[in-house]
Amino acid sequence: MIGLADGEWHRLHPLTPLLRGGLGFIAVIGIIIANLRERLVEWFLPGLVCPPGEDCGQDDPIGYVVENGYAVIGLAALLGVLLLFVAGFYVSWRMHTFRITDEVVEVRSGILFRTHRKARLDRIQGVAIARPLFARIFGTAKLEVEVAGQDANVPLAYLGNAASDALRGDILRLASGSRVGSAASSAGAASGSLIDRRVSELLAPELDPSLAPPESVVRMHPGRLIGSTLLSGTTLSLLIILAAAITGTVFAVGGFGELIWTLFTLIPIAFGLASYQVNRVLKFLRYSIAATPDGVRIGYGLLSTRNETVPPGRIHSVAVSQSIFWRPADWWTIRINRASRQTSSDGSAQQNTVVLPVGSRDDVFRVLDLVLPGLVADGGDTRELLERGLAGSGPDADFTTSPRRAALVRWFSWRRNGFAILPGAVLLRRGAIWRELAIVPTPRVQSVAIEQGPIYRGMRLVHVHVHTVAGPISPALGALDAKDAEGFFRDAAVAAVAAAGTDTSHRWRSSEK
Amino acid sequence: MSSIDPVPGDWQRVSPKYVVVDLLGILVSAIIFTAGATVPFWVTREPAWLIAPAAVLVLHLLIAAFTPRRVRALGYRLRDDDLVFRKGIMFLRVVAVPYGRMQLVDVNRGPIARAFGLSELKLVTAAATSHITIPGLPETDAETLRDRLVELAESRRAGL
Repeated sequence: MIGLADGEWHRLHPLTPLLRGGLGFIAVIGIIIANLRERLVEWFLPGLVCPPGEDCGQDDPIGYVVENGYAVIGLAALLGVLLLFVAGFYVSWRMHTFRITDEVVEVRSGILFRTHRKARLDRIQGVAIARPLFARIFGTAKLEVEVAGQDANVPLAYLGNAASDALRGDILRLASGSRVGSAASSAGAASGSLIDRRVSELLAPELDPSLAPPESVVRMHPGRLIGSTLLSGTTLSLLIILAAAITGTVFAVGGFGELIWTLFTLIPIAFGLASYQVNRVLKFLRYSIAATPDGVRIGYGLLSTRNETVPPGRIHSVAVSQSIFWRPADWWTIRINRASRQTSSDGSAQQNTVVLPVGSRDDVFRVLDLVLPGLVADGGDTRELLERGLAGSGPDADFTTSPRRAALVRWFSWRRNGFAILPGAVLLRRGAIWRELAIVPTPRVQSVAIEQGPIYRGMRLVHVHVHTVAGPISPALGALDAKDAEGFFRDAAVAAVAAAGTDTSHRWRSSEK
Repeated sequence: MSSIDPVPGDWQRVSPKYVVVDLLGILVSAIIFTAGATVPFWVTREPAWLIAPAAVLVLHLLIAAFTPRRVRALGYRLRDDDLVFRKGIMFLRVVAVPYGRMQLVDVNRGPIARAFGLSELKLVTAAATSHITIPGLPETDAETLRDRLVELAESRRAGL
């Protein structure tokens, strides 16, 4: 056992206080200095700001302190506050410790209000390494051990770059149940000066070459990313709002004079949406996805990067979808449901669930192969089946679709609306305008339900639901024939039980010797 | 027209006393909401506004009229590997939860149900949408069922 995962208590990177809160402190000092600029200039270059003989600048607090002979007390107080802050940061750093044993990862933190968070390693849902721009410059990274639940992550902020990479490998190895000794952790043998190391770390590819094939399986083309963003629902709704506002003003209120004011009120909305879209483009420009022995690794971010490793069996459902505007280019997007969720203001909860922001159909299959290993891999049959799931319609040997009478409630999609039960997964295909294929791996099914309201009852139609952990995908299908739905319920319930019994993915490498 | 029944067989029914509990609950809700619906009338003194409390009252009477059937429609079954629960006549719902997926089992007692010696059993899985609540179980039944379910869940423990 080497490195930080040796079961002993360790401290975080010494620069942590600076990165976590010290920056704000420096900023405050900066503001104070900026406000006292004239006084400082006066000190060093007398007569430049304040002509000799004039009494200026004596009415600010500093002038007051100096004039009344409180200079010593003032300085002492300032020094005291400074020392208190520095001591506070230092103690907080000293008391923030973590340890990783064979079973758990534990973090103790806080000075007055102590927290002690403990997470079982076989329950981890993923390990993420985030590098905000500032932390990147200092060669540090934030490691998050993701466990199931809302905001239940165990963050280790901040660690050195090499340390965080090594720790991620160790945590995943311990969690995997693999009895193989620590894979010769290549520290990268960083040579050269500190500056050289920083620069090479800053420019290094997101994927550790010793752990993953260096090539991402999907290449993000900037044109495609920008195009897909422009053709997204957000942009189009913005255009619709604009058009509605303009026509409304011109025709209803009557007069182009009013138009100016309407446009003015729309500017904030437009700015908000535009910045959201620009952020999306920047975030996914350096998107990468690759397979590692310990699961899928997804990286994104241009300046502030984030890199998530999701071990096998931690993906609770997958949805491949395509809006009608993306259809001419055959672009698709893939989202997943995961048991670890984050509420955050910067929209990282959304990033957390997107595994393919936009990609061609081939990209879709490459990514599906990673996130649902074994589903696409076993020959061309499944691929062909998935093709039908993506864009096909009509009943066939695998898909059971809605009956004709369902056209009353599924105007366009009744031919397409259907399900298929494979040995390893339940496939739900729906939507003719907004195509979606939801795939739920059977070992992850929590429960199965069928529902029928009065209208459906009159039409002998039924809703089916496959319950998985909460997320952007809710795998459900409406307007199925009652008999088909009953069959679905029976088969899916049996498949879920059988799959859960044989699933070993919570210790995904325990069979390795 | 026969309602959907994906797993034909004998369903365990809840206690018939639950009809009374449910009716009392509806009565309380009827009093509160009917009184609340008279507010527009008191404010405006327009007799036309009396339609609102009347409508609320009729709605509650309708719900109450169906209560015996609705309670009879509640059923659960312990199969080999999962628990199946069904409810509803107008809005029918059938759920199957594998034992290994249960994260916790709750037994709750409301004030009215307690007076009748009844409990409510709640099952929670990792999916928020699974929610299963079996009302109207006699207290001892609820506790044996809970212990049985916890035992079954423990023996079939799986990852998330």
